[in-house]
Parts: sequence; structure tokens; C-alpha cells
Amino acid sequence: MSDSIPMPRVRVATTSLAGCFGCHMSFLDMDERLLDLAKVVEFDRSPLTDIKHCGPCDIGLIEGGVCNAENVHVLREFRRNCKTLVAVGACAINGGLPAQRNHLDLGDCLQQVYVKRDGVEDGGVPDDPELPLLLDRVHPIHEVVRVDYFIPGCPPSGDAIWTFLTDLIGGRTPRLPHPLLHFD
Amino acid sequence: MGGTFLFDGQPVPFEDGQTILQAARAAGRYIPHLCWHPDFPPHGSCKLCIVKVGGRHVSSCALPARDGMEVESNTPEINGERRALLQMLFVEGNHFCPSCEKSGNCQLQALAYELDMSSARFAHFFPDRPVDASHPDVLLDFNRCIFCELCVRASRDVDGKGVFALTDRGIHKHLVVNAESGRLADTDFAVTDRAADICPVGVILRKRVGFAVPIGERKYDRASISTVAMEKGE
Repeated sequence: MSDSIPMPRVRVATTSLAGCFGCHMSFLDMDERLLDLAKVVEFDRSPLTDIKHCGPCDIGLIEGGVCNAENVHVLREFRRNCKTLVAVGACAINGGLPAQRNHLDLGDCLQQVYVKRDGVEDGGVPDDPELPLLLDRVHPIHEVVRVDYFIPGCPPSGDAIWTFLTDLIGGRTPRLPHPLLHFD
Repeated sequence: MGGTFLFDGQPVPFEDGQTILQAARAAGRYIPHLCWHPDFPPHGSCKLCIVKVGGRHVSSCALPARDGMEVESNTPEINGERRALLQMLFVEGNHFCPSCEKSGNCQLQALAYELDMSSARFAHFFPDRPVDASHPDVLLDFNRCIFCELCVRASRDVDGKGVFALTDRGIHKHLVVNAESGRLADTDFAVTDRAADICPVGVILRKRVGFAVPIGERKYDRASISTVAMEKGE
């Protein structure tokens, strides 16, 4: 790469839907390699930039599954804008921990947490119109939009995310070899 | 008498009575499998060990080897079909690896690594399958059952107890415990039974040893299942 002809940098957006931000923390586990990444990548919407809406991007990284109406809107915004959409981590891929409520009735869950729980007095299920409506089930993101690649793990290691991104940006088909491919 | 067949283009010798899978293993060639176990007769239910012989799909755990056979196993086509079978097993149950004590020692998970399965692709069923923690020494987590019947066979044929059974058919098929209450505590099941350590996934779990070996240092964390199977004969 010559200094006189600047290459356009790859635009990357990231978000956490029904996730714990653990995958974003793992992203930061790339440590000093983040500086190498920053030479070829520019961040769009992401917790790292605090940009609120996603513009046209090359790569979208989605952490977390889809548990409420806002998640659906954000996910569709990413799919509209990102050429390549990547599910990062167990929750985006199979619903993960939040999906452990899927065999329970949502109404019962809300009653148990906000009304019937020990120590709750004058409880009530929050119904502020600003709050996004919960879906009856938590969905892996590939059940809502088309997904191009999956990086499994809870969370995937910084090494796995680095290997995947450098392959993708370098024009190679991303493939995680055995020690980096982990579901736990 | 025996003979030789071609396995992925390489000659593999066999003795009379050996199945394709047995002969291939003896020659150091791994064929993926879940319901097959070296100590038990073939069951032929998981279909992970499918190979192509003369252009037809067969279960290599059950078909006796024959002289001059041409067997295809480690090909993109067959591995793709094996991956699809794994994906269907993953969505039918609740296989949430991060919370599973068996993670790293699980053959279903290890085969998913082996066959490059990065997502379950299909829509998840999220079935409701309550656990049975009644037994003092063993926990049953039915969420992860893949219906290989190894526990059924081990308990019936080795332990002589018949503690486990599969009931119902098709998508409603599920593992049950042979007791009026349906609880493991109300059977003569013991932690020393062969059935207690036969489960290839995380259904039958010994209590109080769950994380004695930490995640990351387990059987399939460092080496692939094909390597482990060929080196240790498991």
C-alpha cells in the first residue's frame, strides 16, 4: 500500500442485540492488533463510535439474538446497509442464554419477575411506550434476516475474530480451523 | 479369507465379518459416527457414518466389507450431508454448549467442529424437556438427547437393568426412564453402571465432577475427534 494513494478503508458496523457485550469485549481482546485493524478499517455504527444509525457498510458484526421489536429494526437496518453480515457468538447464532426462556410462557416470565417475586411490593409489568415490545420467543438472527457468515463461541476468542476479519478483508474465504472453532 | 476394498481411493484390508467402518478404523481411517460404539453391535440410527458404495448411500457401521468395493467417505458431498444431519440434531434439541458440563467432551459438538458446522442453519425447535435431578449421583438432562440408544442398550444388554427406553415415534420420540414415577431415583440405576458413562452427549451426567476438568482442557478442545478416535480407539 503506497502512502501517496490512500486505499479506501473497509467500513465496519457492530451492534449488540440480545447479548451481553461479551463478544464486543472479545473483539477488544485482539489487543494491539486493533491498531493494525484500524489501518484498514473505519467504524460506522458501533458501541466504539456511538454513531446511532448504520450507514452503507462493507461488514456488519451482530452480537446477540433477537428478543424484542427494537432488535428486529436494528437487525434489518444492518442487513439493508451491510454487504456482508456476520453473526458473532452463540446468542446471534442459536439464541444463546436469552433463548433459555423460549419454552416458558412470556406472560408468566414477566409476572414472575415484576409481580410475584419475593420482596416485590406494588409490582407491575413495565409498560412505558418507550420500551420495545418483547417477542414471545428469542430468535437466532438467521431466522429474521439472511446471514453470510457465523463466528461461533461464547464468546469467540479475539484470535478467532481476528482470523475471520483478516481473511474476509484480505479477500480469502473465512474458515475457522479446529482450535478456533468453539461453541463454548 | 477377507480381502481388500478401496476407501477414498486407498486400499483397505478387511477380515470376514468386519463392517466397512470397523475395517476402515483398523486401517487408521476415521468415519464420523454417533450411535456406533466399539463395544456394541451396530445400531444404524444416526446415519453420520453414511458412505457411498457403488453410488448408493449405505451405513458403514452395518454393511459388511466386500472384496473390491469402492467406498467414498471423506468427500465434500457426503460431509455436507453429515453436516446437515448434525444441524437437524442441533435444532431438534436444546444444545446450548456454553452451559453444558459435557462441552469439550461431547461427540456431537466435536463432530460439528470436525465437519466445519458454524451454524445450525434451520429454525430451532426449542422443545420443553425438563431435567431429572432425582438420583443422588447422576443428573439427566433430556434437552441434549440425540436418540442414539447407547444408554438403552448398555443398561439392557450389559447392566441387565433396562433403565432407559425410547418412547413415541417421529418428532415426538423421546428418552424415558423405566419407573412408574418416570424418575431415575426410583430405578436400580447406579453410577457404576455401564450406562452411566456411555452417553456421547450431555444427557447422563455424573454429579459433583462437572467442571473438575476446566473448559478448554477437555478431550476434544485441543485435538479433533478424528485424531482422538484414531489414537485412543474411542
